[in-house]
Amino acid sequence: MDMSVDFAGLKLKNPILTASGTFGSGLEFKRFGDLESLGGIVVKGLSLKPREGNPMPRIAETPCGMLNAIGIQNPGVEDFLTKKLPKLPWKTLPIFVNLYATDAAEFGELAAVLAGEEGVAALEVNVSCPNVKEGGIAFGQDPSQITKVAEAVKKNAGNKPVIIKLSPNVTDIATCARAAEDGGADGISLINTLSGMAVDIERRTPRLANVIGGLSGPAVKPVALRCVYQAVNAVKIPVIGLGGIATAEDAAEFLLVGATAVQIGTANFLRPDTAFKIAEELPKVLARVNAKSLDEFRGSLILPK
Amino acid sequence: MSANNCRAVKVVDIKPLGHSSPGEEIVELKLEYPGWESGWRVGQFVMIRPVSWPLDLIWGRPFSISNADDTTLTILFQVVGRGTKRLMELTKGDSVNIWGPLGSFFSKPKDRPVLMLAGGMGIAPFCGYVDSHEQPENLKLFFAHRPPLGNYPYKALSDKVEVEDIQETKPEDIQTIIARVEALVKEYGDKNGLVVACGPTPFLRTIQRAALKYGVDAELSLENRMACGVGACLGCVCKDSEGHHTQVCTSGPVFKATAIDMEG
Repeated sequence: MDMSVDFAGLKLKNPILTASGTFGSGLEFKRFGDLESLGGIVVKGLSLKPREGNPMPRIAETPCGMLNAIGIQNPGVEDFLTKKLPKLPWKTLPIFVNLYATDAAEFGELAAVLAGEEGVAALEVNVSCPNVKEGGIAFGQDPSQITKVAEAVKKNAGNKPVIIKLSPNVTDIATCARAAEDGGADGISLINTLSGMAVDIERRTPRLANVIGGLSGPAVKPVALRCVYQAVNAVKIPVIGLGGIATAEDAAEFLLVGATAVQIGTANFLRPDTAFKIAEELPKVLARVNAKSLDEFRGSLILPK
Repeated sequence: MSANNCRAVKVVDIKPLGHSSPGEEIVELKLEYPGWESGWRVGQFVMIRPVSWPLDLIWGRPFSISNADDTTLTILFQVVGRGTKRLMELTKGDSVNIWGPLGSFFSKPKDRPVLMLAGGMGIAPFCGYVDSHEQPENLKLFFAHRPPLGNYPYKALSDKVEVEDIQETKPEDIQTIIARVEALVKEYGDKNGLVVACGPTPFLRTIQRAALKYGVDAELSLENRMACGVGACLGCVCKDSEGHHTQVCTSGPVFKATAIDMEG
């Protein structure tokens, strides 16, 4: 079965991408599979200047999921472009760069830095991080800010497709999806993590130094699927689905509700070759459920009359 | 493309050591050797996650490689949480996904005295250290522990190298351990030795302070909660000597005492 996908003008080998923050720069996973067997990779969020991130502890395992409050620790965009990108097979593997900034102007500046980089295929804009004090989720919960950030990035991104990554921590995901589309985004991806918390009753302390973190993993999949379903029906631009995908069957569920592509996130921690396995298994799963093609299957959900 | 380094291996043997109390067992787990093409080094670790684990437990678990030969790889763990409790339920023949060897490793200098400082489960990597060192007569192990010696692979080590231990049975014993550790670190510094250490963070902090105070060459193996083990999730960071966050899994777990800040 032909698994290739056209995403906002980008040709992907298949609809399996990796989610930002769970796959490093991609290089960390070279010893577990062929990066080029993936549809693309989305690298860990980058900001203009290096960021130290939040204090420890930053992660906590919860039933069927995990909380994280890393706080966008990253070495800065220049470090990635000069040290990591040249080592990635960007000529044959679309590299999506995830962007973090604290205001629309800074997002625009970051987009300008990346616009001229041949090795960068697309920009994914993080307006939904729950773990930082400025920007992040504060943007993602305000539709007018989503539009402004989308406009600022799009204006400076040259010919790179711009994807806005949405938060599920909102009253109406359809409104946020439309806000991204109104700002000129070429696509949206969702969901980022759900705001959550865990505590230790013996020590009487939060399990994360940041107190609150973002929940991810299989526990969030039903929420993610619902959000993707509603977003697909709200906009015309393509939608990337993510949130708790751990198997090729899970990936197929997101395609069924209309996602153009999907991202594998926390499941990369179940075993580091998860994304490669899903890319390999997906055609078999689609054949098993009698899909005639990826396009025929996508969005073919049969609703009750 | 190189071979996938995440491999399924079978449990060869699993048994609690000594007579540890239920719920706090110290367990020796022997797995089939994962066939690593480039071998492994003492101080490196593995991530393991039993194939049968449901999605309820989302992470693999990091463990120091205690020892390995052509056929088996041994790790030690103590039952402390829901992951290790489930690991103890493994039986011979069960499949376990393993990825590694991961991270940095201890030096094994020739013709220099080496002091191994182990706290509790921190004894694990020194089984391999002793077996792979060409001059075991240059090695000495100091072991600080709470459960009795019989609950650890101590006998095997005491047969091969000089050993000394202090059991912590009451709070005052901690001061005795700290004083002895400091004296030993100084002694090995005076004879141009190397100190290699593994154990709980307060134990390592004591060693680091002594090493910095007396200018002794020391290597510390840190532990931390980890989600990925390969440098991607940034959940296991410590502070380097300049105060920047760095991953324990890929920059460590073995660090030079001068390379990290354990006081912050």
